[in-house]
Amino acid sequence: MPSLNPQPSTHLEASAGYDHRIISYIQNAAAHGLYEIRGLGAKRRLPHFDDLVFLGASLTRYPLEGYREKCTTKTLLGTRFASKPIELETPITIAGMSFGSLSATVKEAIGRAATEVGTSTTTGDGGMTPEERAASKTLVYQCLPSRYGFNPDDVRKADAIEIVIGQGAKPGGGGMLLGQKINPRVAEMRTLPAGVDQRSACRHPDWTGPDDLTIKIQELRELTDWEKPIYVKVGASRPYNDVKLAVQAGADVIVVDGMQGGTAATQSVFIEHVGIPTLAAIRQAVDALMEMNVKDEVQLVVSGGVRTGADVAKALALGADAVSIGQGVLFALGCNSSTYIQQGEAHSAEADYAQLGTAPGYCHHCHTGLCPVGVTTQDPILEQRLESDVGTRRLKNYLQTLNMELTTLARACGKQNVHHLEPEDLVALTIEAAAMARLPLAGTDWIPGT
Amino acid sequence: MERLTLDATVSKPLSFDLRQTSLRQVNQFLHRELTAGQTVQIAHPDGAHSLAVGLTVPAEVNVEGHVGYYAAGMNQQARVTIRGNAGPGVAENMMSGRVHVTGFASVSAGASAHGGRLIIDGDAGLRCGISLKGADIVVGGSVGSFSAFMAQAGRLVICGDAGDALGDSLYEAVIYIRGEAKSLGADAQFEEMRDRDYEALHELLSEADLTHDPRSFRRIASAKQLYHWNANAQQDY
Ligand code: SF4
Repeated sequence: MPSLNPQPSTHLEASAGYDHRIISYIQNAAAHGLYEIRGLGAKRRLPHFDDLVFLGASLTRYPLEGYREKCTTKTLLGTRFASKPIELETPITIAGMSFGSLSATVKEAIGRAATEVGTSTTTGDGGMTPEERAASKTLVYQCLPSRYGFNPDDVRKADAIEIVIGQGAKPGGGGMLLGQKINPRVAEMRTLPAGVDQRSACRHPDWTGPDDLTIKIQELRELTDWEKPIYVKVGASRPYNDVKLAVQAGADVIVVDGMQGGTAATQSVFIEHVGIPTLAAIRQAVDALMEMNVKDEVQLVVSGGVRTGADVAKALALGADAVSIGQGVLFALGCNSSTYIQQGEAHSAEADYAQLGTAPGYCHHCHTGLCPVGVTTQDPILEQRLESDVGTRRLKNYLQTLNMELTTLARACGKQNVHHLEPEDLVALTIEAAAMARLPLAGTDWIPGT
Repeated sequence: MERLTLDATVSKPLSFDLRQTSLRQVNQFLHRELTAGQTVQIAHPDGAHSLAVGLTVPAEVNVEGHVGYYAAGMNQQARVTIRGNAGPGVAENMMSGRVHVTGFASVSAGASAHGGRLIIDGDAGLRCGISLKGADIVVGGSVGSFSAFMAQAGRLVICGDAGDALGDSLYEAVIYIRGEAKSLGADAQFEEMRDRDYEALHELLSEADLTHDPRSFRRIASAKQLYHWNANAQQDY
């Protein structure tokens, strides 16, 4: 006779709605009463460049010889009103990352690598360091809502100015630099006491709305005698409207940062749940520029999860004039690596990751200031784990690889200039990506929504 | 663009009339030709934006009339007098020098100013001294709501009253108020006046040609409860 007490099932069934990630989130919230603050970008799976493929040349398209035939990557930004536009050797630029979240040595290494490959780098919240200016041939100076360390002398020293309205990781949110990263130099640059948590403002102090932005741009132009290109950076939420308003306000260059973009420290709930994916943002931004008939006059820079040469090529094919990379730069410098190199020798950083409660490959602990590989820290000992020369070499290699991959794909599509890549060169692998990027689903001529 | 060449050795003040000379030409002159000790008069500003932004030398610039946005923005060393009213963001991000508005100032006066003195004889609008980073602002009249929001360093003297949320999320900046504040912002509190406050006020008021008794002012500074991220604090502050 069967027992009335059923045996425990050997089949363990996880809940889709309450999987281990959500259970652990609820239990953490219950234990601490705090939301999570972390670094880097969205971790969830999103429609992305991986969901697109190039068609390559065929009987109807002529390819270029992959290793020999010329394929130019030269890129011009800021041609609309500035008397001194930015000329770069490559459309792959480096995104704004603050001195404070990164050490002065890391900023310098980034500047040197950017200079060696002929691209630009960008300051961040907290102002411009002399090391960064000296190391960077082309430096974009950010004008952020916090105005930490904002100085007219530095505006004049910059090659371009980027007015930051928002960031892809947190459109609508301000920055955060926790007290443990505020050493005396960072504190002085930001005019705040050392050790205090710094919440950067989310709104600019001296203007509100697009009409004011027009006048703010004019002020910066007057200050710099109309020489320097003015970029406007928006976090991707309503890029179609934002791009139109920024163009109307007089921007030379628009930077659209998708939700995969990184941050040094923000609430996870913000990173994962606010903004739209980069893929969706590009199409809307390009539509806005085309409708205003300024596609050749105002340049579009796209950022947020640009990792590989293929990502760069796809962004360009969809209509970007350049891309900008932040997290990829950190990974190239050694972020999430199990080792760091000092005086030519590799040392394990595993124990330091473990101390933070994480492991190589999973770390997002930039906000702690205790980066095990010396990238996002102000700690004098940890900082030494990234030697400037090592960082410069690694980053240069990474940028060079992306550029080579970019030209490989462009040649395969028969283009002598990477800026000639076009949507017609691409198809989508998923319906979502097809709808967002407005491309046909591979093997069909179906573009969802058209 | 045609370059203006003016004789810098003349002893009488150099004069521009914004109805005759473009803003671009005037600003370019002020950036490239102005020398220490010179005095420049600017007539008929008629609400022009970005007038006299980015000056870098200890010269005197007198604007005869009302100005638009960002007058004397990011000023360094120059002494700018606006005989009239000023639009939003007057002396924004000033680093040093002195900006004097004889009339009223609109919103965000002295926003994020790092140094120097901003004197407003009349009232100032919303967000006066927002994100202040070390400059001193003296307002002869009253200020609007949200003044000194997130002010980090420097001093804001208010001879009249203030609107709502005065000093919200203050860091190290100090506010002196003679009248009433409709409300204080998060983390702002009244504190006892000490000798150094009276001395500071005396000096700031004298500089602005104001004769109020420093003892008629009260001090507002940060309670420093928001300096560190605190899970136990009310999240609706
Ligand atoms: S390894 Fe360093 S840079 Fe990378 S996520 Fe961790 S703390 Fe941030």
